[in-house]
Amino acid sequence: MERVNIYDQISGNKRMSYILFIIFFIIAFILSYIISAYFGGGYIGIGAILIFAVIWMLFSYYLGDKAILAINHAKEVRKQEYPHLYNTVEGLSIAAGIPMPKIYVIDDPSPNAFATGRDPRHSSVAVTKGLLDIMNRQELEGVLAHELSHIKNYDIRYMTLVMVMIGLIGILSNILVRMFLHGRGNRRGGGKGGAVIILIGILFAIIAPIIAQMVRFAISRKREYLADASGALLTRYPPGLASALRKISANKIPMTKANPDSAPLYIANPFREGFFDNLFSTHPPAEKRIKALEAM
Amino acid sequence: MDSLLLILGILVFIAIVFVVIYNGLVTLRARVRNAWAQIDVQLKRRYDLIPNLVETVKGYAKHEREVFENVTKARAAAINASGVEAQAQAENMLSGALKSLFAVAENYPDLKASQNFMMLQEELSGTENKIAYSRQFYNDSVMEYNIRIQKIPYNVIAGMFGFHKEQLFEVKLETEREAPKVRF
Repeated sequence: MERVNIYDQISGNKRMSYILFIIFFIIAFILSYIISAYFGGGYIGIGAILIFAVIWMLFSYYLGDKAILAINHAKEVRKQEYPHLYNTVEGLSIAAGIPMPKIYVIDDPSPNAFATGRDPRHSSVAVTKGLLDIMNRQELEGVLAHELSHIKNYDIRYMTLVMVMIGLIGILSNILVRMFLHGRGNRRGGGKGGAVIILIGILFAIIAPIIAQMVRFAISRKREYLADASGALLTRYPPGLASALRKISANKIPMTKANPDSAPLYIANPFREGFFDNLFSTHPPAEKRIKALEAM
Repeated sequence: MDSLLLILGILVFIAIVFVVIYNGLVTLRARVRNAWAQIDVQLKRRYDLIPNLVETVKGYAKHEREVFENVTKARAAAINASGVEAQAQAENMLSGALKSLFAVAENYPDLKASQNFMMLQEELSGTENKIAYSRQFYNDSVMEYNIRIQKIPYNVIAGMFGFHKEQLFEVKLETEREAPKVRF
C-alpha cells in the first residue's frame, strides 16, 4: 500500500515542478508584455524579461537549495566536527537507499531541521544546534529520517522551486504595485497608465489563486504525514520521531536565523504560533502527527 | 494492408513492453545484489575499527587481557565465518565481546574521557547502526524484487529468463527492530 503512495508522491512532485516552470514562464511572458507596453521596451524589453525569467528558472533549479541554505545561515559541516550527526545521516541514507546528502548546521538554539535540493543526488539536510543539544539518539534519528523521506520523495525539489520562484514573483509584484501606485517610471502617455493598472490588476486576480494553489500543494499536510510515516519505516521506531515532535512543540524560543519565506520547509514552524496560525497554518498540528505516529 | 500494419503495431508494442519489464527486473535484481555488497562494506568497516579500539583500551587497562583476547578471537571468527547463518552467529558473538569490552572501560575514568576512545566508540556504534540499516535495506530490496517477479505479467518474463526469488536476511540481531505497521 505505502509503496504505491510514495511512488505517486515522487511522480506528483516531478509533474508539479514542470507545471510550476510553465506557469512561471507564462506569468513572466504576460508581465513582460505589459511592462514593455507601458515603458515602451518593444520586443527587446519582452526578450530581456523572458531571458531573465529563464535564468531565474535555471537558478532556482540548480542553485535554489544553496540560496535557501544561505538565507537560513546554514553552514556545511565535516564529519570530524559532528561525527554523531554524520553517522546518523549516513546510516539512514543506507536504509533509504539514497546517496548521502550534504550536512549543514544552523547556529540557533531553537530545535528545528529542514531538507532541500533538487533530487537525492543533489540534496542537503540542515539542523539547528538546538536540535542537536536536546535530542537523544532515537529522537535525532526520527527527525533526520523525516527529512531524508522528503529527499527520497522529491518533496525537496518542488518545495525548493516554490520557495525560490514564488518568492521572486512576490518581490516583483510588490515592486510593480508600488511603482504604479506612486506613478513613477518613464511614462509616455498619461492615458495609458490607467489601462495598465487595470491590466495588472486583472493579471494578479488571475494568477493569485493559481499561486496560492501551488503554495498550498507545497505545504500540504499530506506531505508531512507521509514523510513522518516513511521516516518511521526507515528507523523502524515511530516513538523516536513522536518524542522529538513533542520536544520541538514544547520549545517556546522562536528561531532567529530562519528566513520567514522558507518556514514551510522546516519540520516544525520556526516562529511563534500566532493567532492566525490555526487558519493559515503552514504545518500540521504536532499533536495530530504524534497521535498518528503512536498509532503505528 | 491495414491488418498487416495492425499486427506489426501490436508486435512492436509487445516488444516494447517486454523490454521495459525485462529492464525493470534487471534493475531490481542489481539493487538486491548491491544491497548485499553494502552489508559487507559495513561489516569490514567494523572489523577494521576493532584493532584500534583494542589498542586504545590496552593503553589504559593493561590487565584485562581476557577481554582483549575474547574480542580478537570473536573478530577473527566473524571474518572467517562462511554462510549467512554462521556469520550472523559470529557477529552476535563479536557484539557480545565488544559489549564486555565497553563494560570494562567503564572502570577506567581516564580511558572514558580520552578523545580517541570517545571517537572510536561513536564510530563503532555508528557502524553497528549502519550494518543494521544495510540489512534492512537489503531486505526491503529483496521484498520488492520477490513481489515483482511473482506478479502478472512480470512472472512470465521472470520465468523465461531465470529471475529467481532471493533470500531474505532473517537472522535476528540484537540491534534490529520490528517494522512498524504504517497505514496511509
